[in-house]
Amino acid sequence: MPPLAGKELRIVGFLCNWCSYGGADTAGVGRFSQPTDLRIIRVPCSGRIDPLFILRTFMNGADGVLVSGCHPRDCHYSEGNLYARRRLEILQRLMPFIGIEPERFSYTWVSASEGQRWQKVVGTFTDEIHAIGPAKPFGVSMEQLEKQMAGVLASPENAGAEKQEVERAAS
Amino acid sequence: MKIGVFVCHCGSNIAGTVDTEKVAAAARKLPGVAFATDTMYACSEPGQEGIVEAVKEHGLDGVVVASCTPRMHEATFRRTVERAGLNRYMFEMANIREHVSWIGKDMDANTNKAAELVAMAVAKLREDRLLFPKKFDINKRVMVLGGGVAGIQAALDCADGGLDVVLVEKTTTIGGKMAKLDKTFPTVDCSSCILGPKMVDIAQHPNITLYAASEVDDVSGYVGNFKVAIRKKQTYVDWDLCTGCGQCMEKCPSKKTPDAFNEFIGPTTAINIPFPQAIPKKASINAEACIMLTKGKCGACAKVCPVEAIRFDQQEEIVHEEVGAIVAATGYDLFDHSKYPEYGGGRIPDVITSMQYERMLSASGPTGGHIKRPSNGEEPKNVVFIQCVGSRDKSVDRPYCSGFCCMYTAKQTILTKDHIPDSQSYVFYMDIRSPGKNYDEFTRRAMEQYGARYIRGRVAQVYEKGDTLIVRGADTLTGTSIEVEADLVVLAVGAESAKGAAQLAEKLRISYDTYGFYMESHPKLKPVETNTAGVFLAGCCQGPKDIPSSVGQGSAAAAKVLAMFSKDQLESDPQISQVDIKRCIGCGKCMSTCPFGAIKEIDFRGQKKAEVIETVCQGCGLCTATCPQGAIQLQHFTDNQILAEVTSLCPPLLEKSFE
Ligand code: SF4
Ligand code: SF4
Repeated sequence: MPPLAGKELRIVGFLCNWCSYGGADTAGVGRFSQPTDLRIIRVPCSGRIDPLFILRTFMNGADGVLVSGCHPRDCHYSEGNLYARRRLEILQRLMPFIGIEPERFSYTWVSASEGQRWQKVVGTFTDEIHAIGPAKPFGVSMEQLEKQMAGVLASPENAGAEKQEVERAAS
Repeated sequence: MKIGVFVCHCGSNIAGTVDTEKVAAAARKLPGVAFATDTMYACSEPGQEGIVEAVKEHGLDGVVVASCTPRMHEATFRRTVERAGLNRYMFEMANIREHVSWIGKDMDANTNKAAELVAMAVAKLREDRLLFPKKFDINKRVMVLGGGVAGIQAALDCADGGLDVVLVEKTTTIGGKMAKLDKTFPTVDCSSCILGPKMVDIAQHPNITLYAASEVDDVSGYVGNFKVAIRKKQTYVDWDLCTGCGQCMEKCPSKKTPDAFNEFIGPTTAINIPFPQAIPKKASINAEACIMLTKGKCGACAKVCPVEAIRFDQQEEIVHEEVGAIVAATGYDLFDHSKYPEYGGGRIPDVITSMQYERMLSASGPTGGHIKRPSNGEEPKNVVFIQCVGSRDKSVDRPYCSGFCCMYTAKQTILTKDHIPDSQSYVFYMDIRSPGKNYDEFTRRAMEQYGARYIRGRVAQVYEKGDTLIVRGADTLTGTSIEVEADLVVLAVGAESAKGAAQLAEKLRISYDTYGFYMESHPKLKPVETNTAGVFLAGCCQGPKDIPSSVGQGSAAAAKVLAMFSKDQLESDPQISQVDIKRCIGCGKCMSTCPFGAIKEIDFRGQKKAEVIETVCQGCGLCTATCPQGAIQLQHFTDNQILAEVTSLCPPLLEKSFE
């Protein structure tokens, strides 16, 4: 359940320490107002982000994930963000296959001086996620599974078909 | 684990829009939290003492401070917990000011978000491990990039402090923009009389190696141990032999060569020494203008050179230097006024730039210190100055103030009166910005004593009418439009970042702002440091500034370098990668990914394994995200630590995961 139901969705940001985290700080210092949905996880470099972190975040019910790093060629670690770009691009393309709307994920570049740009990025992305609405539970929740299993047990004649469906849902 | 949480009010900065008490109360319910409180100013002396006492009283193993950005005070609080007897890496910060209280006014939403950020920090802290820095040796040499006044000052201060200095200058002489100036404000000191001796000191200082006509090609390594490749460009003259006698210049038949030092107002020869006080005072050939290099015949200079120093076949050369610190002092460029076609610069000969005027005023300049109209060589009587050409103007993408144009214009009106007593100066300005010591008095003197007429308003157009120019603008104080007849128009051009600044920043791995000026580590508290350890800034590469500020920054950067080098060893940051040798399969993927070559292959009981070279690793974590085995983990940002944050924000939906 989102914490402030109806008001906020669950958006997680992975930001590199040198550029985008700094940009988010600059936006704060400049008092550029932003929606409160986004929670930021600080990493040294966008290249540190294992695409699996993002998948895990979605599996755990996030409604949106935003990654932001230094502009290409302006990376504190010279080329970390280029690796990030390759990985995230592939991840984005894989999303539909995993059953996550690719629009729920976005990556961008914001430098430490671009407070205003950060404000825009956060605002736009949050709006987009609100437009899509909350994410459907990833896979099947235990509750759902149990309920379905209970149903299976209750009507043995339908066991075959329903069991198949449960398996399909859970896989 | 026993964790203490301190939620800072930051006065009303946080407490104004976050219920800090509630956040602390929520923190008390988190697993592992043994103590949580709110505090007025966590970073203040009593605030820090409170943390130290709480650690001792409650036997805490780790501390979370929820306050401002870690980019501001992480180091401060790490020292605090260290004073309390903890390992400094058993500390996490939740940024509830820049990322919460300052960007939204909704108290409920903010409080809730702050509480979650605290929970996230607590979750990470539970995964934190003790880390210990290692010591490494440093190379106590420093490289200064740029031989303008800021770089000169930094180089001299470092050299006087006993350091070996390598000074790299792009052009054929040091001196920078200041060397082109005639006089300086607000003292009307002769520029070359105060800069010249410093330039000579550079040449004579036993600790300084000067590379002129050279550029940085590549930078590798890290604080304390940088390796820099320097590209020495061709000058076509053997500088070891050249004595700077200037005989070649006299004989060179190519006398129409554009003279960059004199801002192209007078021509020069293809072989030339930029100005009499040049350091090094050596001749160099402009390859585009040299008849020998373009057409294959001539060689007049080679014939007269008494020491046979001319080398038409000279090639570029790469030299390597090893230094422990780098000071970037690469300066600025002047705004290209052709972006204001309405002023006629470049089209109307009698519209010139302030720097061209400066060269005209200089006794060693192309006109011998006489002010002349470029169109007919006559002395102008009415001189109009237009300020803010390429400053404070969004339409040309220069919304910032260049800072020194108001002052140099005032100076130029005074000098105009000195040179031509019956002249009249007019200054079109937006505001007068003269905040330095004796600056405002100086501009007043220009108006009151030297009779410069200041007109507040922008110029709309400059056009030719017969022999004179008409400057049409608005006088916003009287609300009328105004036309001034001028014999000469001087455009007070603003400053912009130096060409190639971005490329150099990429080599140095420092950041720059939208306009290409280098970013300091903190705008107030770390004005000469960058976020890259061992790289410092001085002068206008960081933003436009006048001579005193540039000199001040040059000295400040030198002081930072000297302070850093006062130790024989530096502590390395332990937030670097580590290989779990049991998990590593020796695939080498990390090695090929690491941008710093920080991973080497080792032989472990006959098997190939990876090993991180601690002093080389920069802690980016690229390898960690690459390793298929999860064998190489970036300390303090391990998979477990990041996933702890993720699961704190997004608790798993399924009780059992799929794995
Ligand atoms: S963290 Fe890994 S990739 Fe980055 S510098 Fe260290 S060893 Fe190289
Ligand atoms: S990528 Fe991982 S497994 Fe491969 S060599 Fe590096 S540490 Fe070992």
